[in-house]
Amino acid sequence: MEHEAHNPALLHHFVDAQQQKNAASLGMWLFLVTEIMFFGGMFCAYLVYRLKYFNAFAAGSQQLSIALGATNTAVLIISSVTVVLAVKAAEAGKRKVLVGYLAVTVLLGLTFLGIKGFEYREKFERHHVPGPTFQFTDTFDDNGRQIPVDSNEAQLFFSLYFAMTGMHALHMIIGCGLFSVLAVLAWRGHYSPGYFTPVENAGLYWHLVDIIWIYLFPLLYLISRHS
Amino acid sequence: MSEHEEHTTHSQGFYIAIGVGLLIGTATTVGAAFVNLGPFNPVVALLIATIKAIVVVLFFMHVKDASEKLAGAVVLSGFFFLAILISLSLADYLTRSWR
Repeated sequence: MEHEAHNPALLHHFVDAQQQKNAASLGMWLFLVTEIMFFGGMFCAYLVYRLKYFNAFAAGSQQLSIALGATNTAVLIISSVTVVLAVKAAEAGKRKVLVGYLAVTVLLGLTFLGIKGFEYREKFERHHVPGPTFQFTDTFDDNGRQIPVDSNEAQLFFSLYFAMTGMHALHMIIGCGLFSVLAVLAWRGHYSPGYFTPVENAGLYWHLVDIIWIYLFPLLYLISRHS
Repeated sequence: MSEHEEHTTHSQGFYIAIGVGLLIGTATTVGAAFVNLGPFNPVVALLIATIKAIVVVLFFMHVKDASEKLAGAVVLSGFFFLAILISLSLADYLTRSWR
């Protein structure tokens, strides 16, 4: 039985390419909703303990580097721009531009992870890693007034810091892996203006990971920084 | 050809402008953190973060130009359930007497 010619990427249980694209997007969005709830649980835990142990959380936050955190935020925002431009290139059928933007995105993601690793190393050196080696002797600088804080409460802050940024970093690693694979496939000509859905959906994933960091940065790094 | 063809492409300059806006929002958040706004410091920070998130969802994730309005409803539902999680948890914790 013959059927009319269509893009080989169009599967037969879809009416047309647009419907298939919408279905794929919806599927990715439903997954992203589960990611929102996943990180949302940790944000809720953070919120409850920050309200209860504000001084210790502020003291912990003041030990983080705003410069590095803000730089990482900028790196992720720029990477979201390169992702959008990669999708735009895919839609226009510009293969090399697409591969270029995907490669830059991966590089920016690795930059983010490098800076994060540098921050983590500093935490190790200062014994701010929760566990048997944890020591916290810093105080909460409240407008010049030094308020001592309970070490266990500070350890709770750092537990949440490592859990949330660590889980976020894991998602970044997955995202970098995804885009690396897509860059190779794009180089081999798998995507065309008629079909570039994987690029678009991986982009949705990346944007959500960016949004999560957009919330993580002020909540973790910017508690009580004024004087 | 489907009647629901969508064109998700704005110009390159449009997306870069949005990116610059997001960077300005980040700088504003950092700057505001150093100003003593009392209890409103976290409010301002989260407000700016929420605006940035909305901008990313609408424009970078193409929700605004989507041909399928269901996608927007799914996004909203995700944040709705998050709001339930946080508000009901806080309703418990904030109404306990701790000390």
